[in-house]
Amino acid sequence: MNEVLGVIGTMLSLGTPLVIASAGETVSERAGVLNIGLEGVMLFAAYAAFWVSWKTGNPYLALGAATLVGAIALLATAPLVIHLGADQVVVGTGLNLLALGITGTLFVQAFGKTGRLVQVETVPTFAGDLGINVVMLVAVVLVVVAWWALFRTDWGRAVRAAGERPEAARAAGWSVFRLRLQAMAIAGLLGGLAGGYLSVAQTNSFAENMTAGRGFVVIAAVTFGRWHPFGAAGAALLIALSYGLQYLIKAYALPLPYQLFDALPYLLALAVLVGAGRAKSGPAALAIPYKEDR
Amino acid sequence: MRRVLLLAAGLFLVLALTLWAFGLPVAESLRHLWEGSLAGKFAIHRTLVKASPLILAGLGMVVAWRAGMFNIGGEGQLLVGVAAGASLYHAVPDLQGPALTVLVLAACILSGAAWAGIAAFLHTKRGVNVVISTILLNFVAIQLISYLVRGPLQPPGSSIPQTAPLPESAMFLRLDPQSSLHTGVLLLPVLAFLVHLWLKLTPSGFRLRLVGQNPLAARSARVPVARTQVVALLVSGGLCGLAGGVEYVGVSGYLFDGFSPGWGFFAIPVALLGGLEAWGVLLSGLYFGALLAGSRNLEAFGGAPSALVFAVQGVAVLAFVAFQQLANRRRERADT
Repeated sequence: MNEVLGVIGTMLSLGTPLVIASAGETVSERAGVLNIGLEGVMLFAAYAAFWVSWKTGNPYLALGAATLVGAIALLATAPLVIHLGADQVVVGTGLNLLALGITGTLFVQAFGKTGRLVQVETVPTFAGDLGINVVMLVAVVLVVVAWWALFRTDWGRAVRAAGERPEAARAAGWSVFRLRLQAMAIAGLLGGLAGGYLSVAQTNSFAENMTAGRGFVVIAAVTFGRWHPFGAAGAALLIALSYGLQYLIKAYALPLPYQLFDALPYLLALAVLVGAGRAKSGPAALAIPYKEDR
Repeated sequence: MRRVLLLAAGLFLVLALTLWAFGLPVAESLRHLWEGSLAGKFAIHRTLVKASPLILAGLGMVVAWRAGMFNIGGEGQLLVGVAAGASLYHAVPDLQGPALTVLVLAACILSGAAWAGIAAFLHTKRGVNVVISTILLNFVAIQLISYLVRGPLQPPGSSIPQTAPLPESAMFLRLDPQSSLHTGVLLLPVLAFLVHLWLKLTPSGFRLRLVGQNPLAARSARVPVARTQVVALLVSGGLCGLAGGVEYVGVSGYLFDGFSPGWGFFAIPVALLGGLEAWGVLLSGLYFGALLAGSRNLEAFGGAPSALVFAVQGVAVLAFVAFQQLANRRRERADT
């Protein structure tokens, strides 16, 4: 029984940032913007949360700062992606390198080469073994709000048009630039919250490159979730289940190489992409720059 | 020529600004970088050795990206390549000399290509985005190496997580016993020239570029788009595997956890700043090789973390893209 709770608790704890970031990325990709730089956004935010919690001892303030930093980091690339129509993969790669370099350098400058173990104040948990925290509840709300905004509002219809047929959104009087900017802001905010969660909820410290590919896992989850907030959340939780399985390996000391289970989330993400297949290849104008007449 | 000089000046500016932004003494840091990378014979040798995997993997990126296949999985392809080379030596430990060298390098190339082949297969058969699949495969490869050097490839009785070293006779020749410069460096201009010839002067190279530029036009010109993309990814993975192999056979002689400090990732900015041209990769690879060699010196004597190099590359990529797009836009405006 304890093991079951352990697996579920691990899945929820490690799945929460994936769920949150995937809700934001879903909105952004629906608007036609693919954020390869999500990994970098999360890394910037993880450092910001760590730093603020270390300075103030307040994990909630830390999460707020992370959310803001995430939005700033992603929006800093918006002029390139949206207005200048640069390649989204290239810009995202640049952002990822930048995050790796800046957070790594700041961390080593402040805490020494080996990353002297600094522990910071974290978000408290309740419900015993299951270890629920308030961010998990926020995650549920965010997913529902993302669904509501995308599928139950005029704005959502316009966002989806911007990613499917931007000319149509333009003809209906919407600015595709502004819609995409708003969608990127949402992806940045949620990506930031997810990144902050890594350093002040999931763990209590920072490490160089601590996101370890989670940003890319989120993008895989959005694809498998067929660009739907509920689908993406489900896919994110499914991938997080593999973290729960890692917990089982440790609990039972199973004679399997631990690396297999460290590789599992990525293998599972690949598997879900294969499963998603060609059935629907996503918003038609995804990652395609749009030229707007002013 | 003017573009190259402008780019060089821009990269220098980016470097100086990044140093300044992190509160490092700019002139002194630049001096440490210079002394570690270009001042004197040994420093230049270090730069060449560091540039080798960057240039080879960078050429791999050029081939794939020119075909519109955004291969971000150079790191994984490089690591799996070396893993295969080390496995081969593990399987036939009696082999010696140049025969072993050639076989190891062949194993590196083939398995690097095979690892990229997974992404190519998923792309053509299942429509899986190459960017995502190659990135995910990187993380799988890193775990695979971690397992191999602690499991099947660890010499019996050893507690250090690394493979048995290659015999000296199978390593690339050292041109100078006191420096790390090896004969594998000679491969760089040769391969850059070959990639240049292929992409620019052969029909298949032309088709490859057409597929990258305009897949629809390629299709209507009866170019086999899927096959061209698969070939581009396989060659790209092979070059990344070779990049790992050259480091393996030229420098370390064994495989361990942190074998690659991120060459496969660095290869992307190398290729981008090289303008996705083979000769450009040669130049930008040397620049980043010098930066890597110099950053060691800067870390040791100037106290700056080596992660700084990532920041320099990130700024360089973003600034480069911004200038490129602005220039394009001005050209478009001038046309209308």
